[in-house]
Amino acid sequence: MFTHKSYRNIAKLIMCCVMLTTALYSQAQTPRLGKVLGPAALSSFDLIAAPDGSGLPAGNGTASQGKLVYETQCQVCHGAEGEGNGSANRLVGGDMQSDDAPIRTVGSFWPHATTLFDYVRRAMPATAPKSLSNTEVYQVIAYVLHMNGLVGLDEVVDRRGLLQIKMPNSEGFIDSSNIR
Amino acid sequence: MTKFPLQSQDSVLTESLEPSAANGLINRRQLLSLSLKSATLAGTAAMLSSAVSAQSSGLEIPAWSKTPGPGSSDYGSPSSFTTAKRMSGNPNPFYPGGGASRSPLHQLQGSITPSGLHFERHHAGIPAIDPAGHKLVINGLVSRPLSFDYEDLLQYPMISRVHFLECSGNSGALFGDDAPDGSAQSIHGLVSCSEWTGIKLSSLLEEAGISSSATWVSAVGADAASMGRSLPLDKALEDVMLALFQNGEPLRPEQGYPMRLFVPGWEGNVSVKWLTQLKLTNAPSQFRDETSKYTDTLKNRKSRQFSFPMDVKSIITSPSGQMKLSRQGVYELNGIAWSGGGRISQVEVSADGGKTWALAEIDSQLGEKALARFRIPWNWSGGEALLQSRATDSNGIVQPTRGALIAAKNQINYRPFYHYNAIQSWAVNRNGEVSNVYA
Repeated sequence: MFTHKSYRNIAKLIMCCVMLTTALYSQAQTPRLGKVLGPAALSSFDLIAAPDGSGLPAGNGTASQGKLVYETQCQVCHGAEGEGNGSANRLVGGDMQSDDAPIRTVGSFWPHATTLFDYVRRAMPATAPKSLSNTEVYQVIAYVLHMNGLVGLDEVVDRRGLLQIKMPNSEGFIDSSNIR
Repeated sequence: MTKFPLQSQDSVLTESLEPSAANGLINRRQLLSLSLKSATLAGTAAMLSSAVSAQSSGLEIPAWSKTPGPGSSDYGSPSSFTTAKRMSGNPNPFYPGGGASRSPLHQLQGSITPSGLHFERHHAGIPAIDPAGHKLVINGLVSRPLSFDYEDLLQYPMISRVHFLECSGNSGALFGDDAPDGSAQSIHGLVSCSEWTGIKLSSLLEEAGISSSATWVSAVGADAASMGRSLPLDKALEDVMLALFQNGEPLRPEQGYPMRLFVPGWEGNVSVKWLTQLKLTNAPSQFRDETSKYTDTLKNRKSRQFSFPMDVKSIITSPSGQMKLSRQGVYELNGIAWSGGGRISQVEVSADGGKTWALAEIDSQLGEKALARFRIPWNWSGGEALLQSRATDSNGIVQPTRGALIAAKNQINYRPFYHYNAIQSWAVNRNGEVSNVYA
């Protein structure tokens, strides 16, 4: 049977285990200094507009409204017909299925219309990114999509409309992220 | 009678050493042991040096040894006599702040790139971020969206890791039909290696509470382009770091001050600089820089996206393109090797365009997915040579030839650009001039 002494030794052993576990546990701990954000905190901060429609704001625009935005904000680099200038990418035309080398533009290559909203809002115009209102972004991307024959001149482009546009190359990408 | 007539010195030297591969490559251990043991070799070497550089007058004490120099300073600078600089393109009015600069690989040694010479790639210039006004937000599929301040993050437990960073467009010019006249810097300078110190990303994501439906993380920078990239959550939890320090000091502005994502072994663009947002999602956000750019179009007109890992690669940096060998005799041929798959296990070197190979010594490799410096002695006897290096990584993956790479890429007639990792060939002509060639 156990003596008092052996009970004391078992107690000591248990204590040691507890202390060791606590030490390991606290080693993995961080100070947890992140501040919790309320639901409205990121409404102006989170600019990600994704293919599932998340992040696309209220508002809308048409290509005919967007023509003026394009002419004042984009044309100097991307050209009157969206032809680009070597540095600023070509936006219009091209065909991924042609026998010649494919010309990769917003119309021929980009798989998601939401990427156009996302990129223009975050990064364009290159000299003054984030200077366009959400309405202006809807208008100007409607114009770029119109130049590519993907929306009508007076078709209203909004969150829902953008999600319904099937880009010509929407099936053209292979996700290689599983190849490590 | 002289034991070794002058005109035959080179042949004596070559014959004394058993070459480990053709055209002058020498096994380093052989060279060392022979120089210790062999009196004839030592004699030859002594005669070589006296013939080449006999000092005709006495050495003088230089002026700087006679006047005290300036004292200590707040922050050190390179010697004004050194010339190592990054190579930048000209500013482009249509791409304000955009573009890249390349590391002077041919002027660097060891396996760490000085922070000020680390390559750059910017999409809308370098933001001047006051860390007091910078936030790191974690939102999306988390239990608690969180915001972190810089000063708070400095109090977190940190780790330090040595890793290379390479732009997936590095060496892309070599996909072209004609070999460009270039240097190690101009062709391959979008790779660098640093010790990065920061916080394991997993601990920050876990603080926010990762939802079971989260599978991807979208990372966004605070630059004017708000550069965004998506990466799989499993990688983010595996070895990704929120880097705050580079080579022991706070990140330089051009490297993402006050904080950047660091994704070991993967194409540089996903290591988003000036990191300000991590959004957990159940799918990629399909940013412009993972659809329109950083994708490769194949023969069947499908385009591969999220080609993340950087493949095994090596280049000889000395001698390298646009250098000139100033004398015949023994040189230390050296270069860098790296792999996004792990460590470099061996580097072979050829001086005859890949007909025969010798094993180089790996002198310095400070971690997984870090640059390795390899070295091997080479005796140039004044003839033509074709210098190549071929790296193998810890997964047994061998660096391909250029022909094999291009065939394997299975690209359409549209010029491929990303992920070039083929064996580099430097041609040496009879004048000692070194140039980039395809072989």
